[in-house]
Amino acid sequence: MPQVLTTLLLIFVPLSFVTIGGGQTIVADVHRQVVDVQHWMTASQFLDLFAISRMSPGPGSLLVTLIGWQVGGIAGAVVATFAIFAPTAVMTFYIATVWDRFKGARWQRIIEAGLKPVAAGTVLASVWVLLQSLDGGWPAQVVALVSTAILVMTPVNPLIILSAGALAFVTLHAFAA
Amino acid sequence: MNTPDPAPTAAQLFLIFTRIGLTSFGGGLSGWLFREFVQRHRWLTEEEFVSGLAICQTLPGVNVSNMAIWIGYRLRGTVGAVASTIGIVVPAAILIVLIAVVFSELTQIPLLHAGLVGASAAAIGLSLSMGIAIARRLPRKVLPLGIMAATFAAIGIFHLPLVWVVLVGGGLSILLSALTQA
Repeated sequence: MPQVLTTLLLIFVPLSFVTIGGGQTIVADVHRQVVDVQHWMTASQFLDLFAISRMSPGPGSLLVTLIGWQVGGIAGAVVATFAIFAPTAVMTFYIATVWDRFKGARWQRIIEAGLKPVAAGTVLASVWVLLQSLDGGWPAQVVALVSTAILVMTPVNPLIILSAGALAFVTLHAFAA
Repeated sequence: MNTPDPAPTAAQLFLIFTRIGLTSFGGGLSGWLFREFVQRHRWLTEEEFVSGLAICQTLPGVNVSNMAIWIGYRLRGTVGAVASTIGIVVPAAILIVLIAVVFSELTQIPLLHAGLVGASAAAIGLSLSMGIAIARRLPRKVLPLGIMAATFAAIGIFHLPLVWVVLVGGGLSILLSALTQA
């Protein structure tokens, strides 16, 4: 295996175990490894890749795929993606099998009842944080709240809501310019 | 409306996760999953989804791929877990490389940036509507509502790390749930 692929594995496998949430937790360390330690790219090249990953749909940690592709082509992209997703996937898989084996058990119903209010709190809190850090000021907050109301009250396809939000901002931008 | 659709095949799971992976502009992926698996098809009960979400948030690894494994395994065993994970990761990974190769200048276009900000704002609506749906179904009792408020304050206002809040708060909440149900 070429040196660069081994290095990608050695960097991203350990990082996969400290990835929590949407993958934003490891961005700073990925930056340090890729720019400062390995000198694979400049800070501004890294920022470009980061911007593309923010713009693209799908899991946020696909930033790692882009880095792999940049330094090792197709093989690099495959190895980097594998390194960031596979190790923790195996772990989650085993926990899921154990959970399923005891489905309906009393302890599981207790855990589910206990986790529900905590999950509600975390979801609402992350929305709260996002609402405050949103680019686009009050129009963005209006779009978020109107989207919420429509999604709560109707079974609309979310893609329509996303497109409408995008269209609203493109229109705003066109008129402001 | 209240009866669940027939359980999905592995191919269906792959296609659903692929579709979500390729269209979830602006984030909010767990909101997409909630809408698809709980609200639209009723393949999972809200309890199953919500406890899965809380567990997947605390496990190391990317939330969405953890959720893909969790949901896929629950609905269609090992094949389902594999199909769902490949569906959420691989097509989106290919797309992101294509975007980087062909359209890297796109990030510089202001109009596109504006569109993306609008999509992200709308995606917050997806997460918030999920939060509201879960909160609405909580028992109207002091304990669950208090725990929800405390979790919200710990993360949203005091900015404590999510993992510790879920581990400590979730642990306490499970303990209380065991005591009150005994």
